[in-house]
Amino acid sequence: MINELSIDRKKYLLSKKREKLLIFACQILSLFLLIVAWEILANIGIIDSFITSQPSRIWETLLNAPNNDLLYHLWVTCYETIIGFLLGTTIGTIIACILWWSDFVCKVADPYLVILNSLPKVALGPVIIVWVGAGAPAIITMALAISLVVTVLEMLNGFKNTDPNIIKMAKTFNASKWQIFFKIVLPSNISTLINALKVNIGLSLVGVISGEFLVSKAGLGYLIVYGGQVFKLDLVMTSVLVLGVVAALMYQAVLLLEKLILRFIMHKS
Amino acid sequence: MHKGLKLDNISKIYQDDNGETIAIKNFDYTFEKGTFTSIVGPSGCGKSTLLSIIAGLEKPSTGQIYIDDVEVTNISNSIGYMLQKDYLLEWRTIYKNITFGLEIKKALDEKAQEYIYSLLKKYDLYEFKDRYPSQLSGGMRQRVALIRTLAINPDILLLDEAFSALDYQTRLSVTEDVYSIIKNEGKTTIMVTHDIPESISMSDKVIVLSNRPAIIKNVHNITFDIKNRTPLQCRENEKFSKYFDNIWKELNTND
Repeated sequence: MINELSIDRKKYLLSKKREKLLIFACQILSLFLLIVAWEILANIGIIDSFITSQPSRIWETLLNAPNNDLLYHLWVTCYETIIGFLLGTTIGTIIACILWWSDFVCKVADPYLVILNSLPKVALGPVIIVWVGAGAPAIITMALAISLVVTVLEMLNGFKNTDPNIIKMAKTFNASKWQIFFKIVLPSNISTLINALKVNIGLSLVGVISGEFLVSKAGLGYLIVYGGQVFKLDLVMTSVLVLGVVAALMYQAVLLLEKLILRFIMHKS
Repeated sequence: MHKGLKLDNISKIYQDDNGETIAIKNFDYTFEKGTFTSIVGPSGCGKSTLLSIIAGLEKPSTGQIYIDDVEVTNISNSIGYMLQKDYLLEWRTIYKNITFGLEIKKALDEKAQEYIYSLLKKYDLYEFKDRYPSQLSGGMRQRVALIRTLAINPDILLLDEAFSALDYQTRLSVTEDVYSIIKNEGKTTIMVTHDIPESISMSDKVIVLSNRPAIIKNVHNITFDIKNRTPLQCRENEKFSKYFDNIWKELNTND
């Protein structure tokens, strides 16, 4: 009986399992209690459901999605976010490549990057609207503006911190700068890129929602602002809820991508 | 014609904001073809700089380098360089790591592939060729790194503290492996190390350098009267401690 677990081991595994179960149960229970309390307090009039909405009305709004265009607005926000995210990551990485390539350009660009990084990008909103026009392009530009500089800085930092000895190894084979970049620096920074993706998906969403707040006729951000203005708090609460779920799903998608990349490209389990 | 690697009056001066540093001064030496030469010296004396200059990674401030009487001015195809650690690329298979140098040089033809396969088979790595570096032990990784260097078929091999990252046990066995591979392939080898026993056990000649700027203090001929010697046999030989004492004393005198 080699595979027989010792009693202590069994006890340990059992206690671990119990703890996990308990945490999960408490998470479900607290959510349940929150919803029930909210519903009851609203029904007996202690809190005003006109201002706070209430779970049953949120549920109704959700069920009513075909009539209130919730799905359409959700789709608009998602596609704007994904495009902003892809553009921000790609353009940011390309700019980081250029700055890695030329030390001189990098030093010249440094103060600009510092200022652009500290500047709250929402302040550019009106400028973007004037330049790009109201609508989806302006919102995507907003998402891009928020994620771009962070990507540039993070990727550049990763590129510059590539192990100099690995680069030296490649140089002993007379590798060109081009070869060093594509065969050493870029693959060495796959994990940096994944980190940038993780940060960017959240930032793009921030950009899109604030863009939609400023100017738009569609999207969850628009729905939230519109609902607030006409005091349709059901719509506002439902939109916020959906937004939360979407944000979590998008982040999970990036985590899944990370797993796939690590397994099939970097060969780590 | 003189077979080997000749360094003619090599000096290296570094410039930075704090002024000039002379790393190497008027270095003259000829490494004979097929010999194993170690360079030992105090840390920071410029021995790694010397290796970088030979490899063509750095330009000397003065002087010339000749291989078989032909002057070299760039990174030469006949020089292979091995660093402190294996620096294998984790995202490439063992085979793709070994072909890395040839891929860079765009010289991965059928003949080169056959040569790599023969090296892999000869040095017991063939069955691991499709594995990834993280699946190999430290000693095996070092052997892969050596074969990556040998794959470009260099005449001259430079080892820069090539075993210093390994633990003592692995180090001894890798030293045996690497030594026998180098002797098998008949390469001229220059090794920089701070490990005196290692230098004695592997080398035909040990060059002792002074403090910065590096000049040659002495050159020791290491002979053991053992046919087909191995590093371990040398370590056990009675002459070993005599060589050690001489080199040790020389390193610790400042004149």
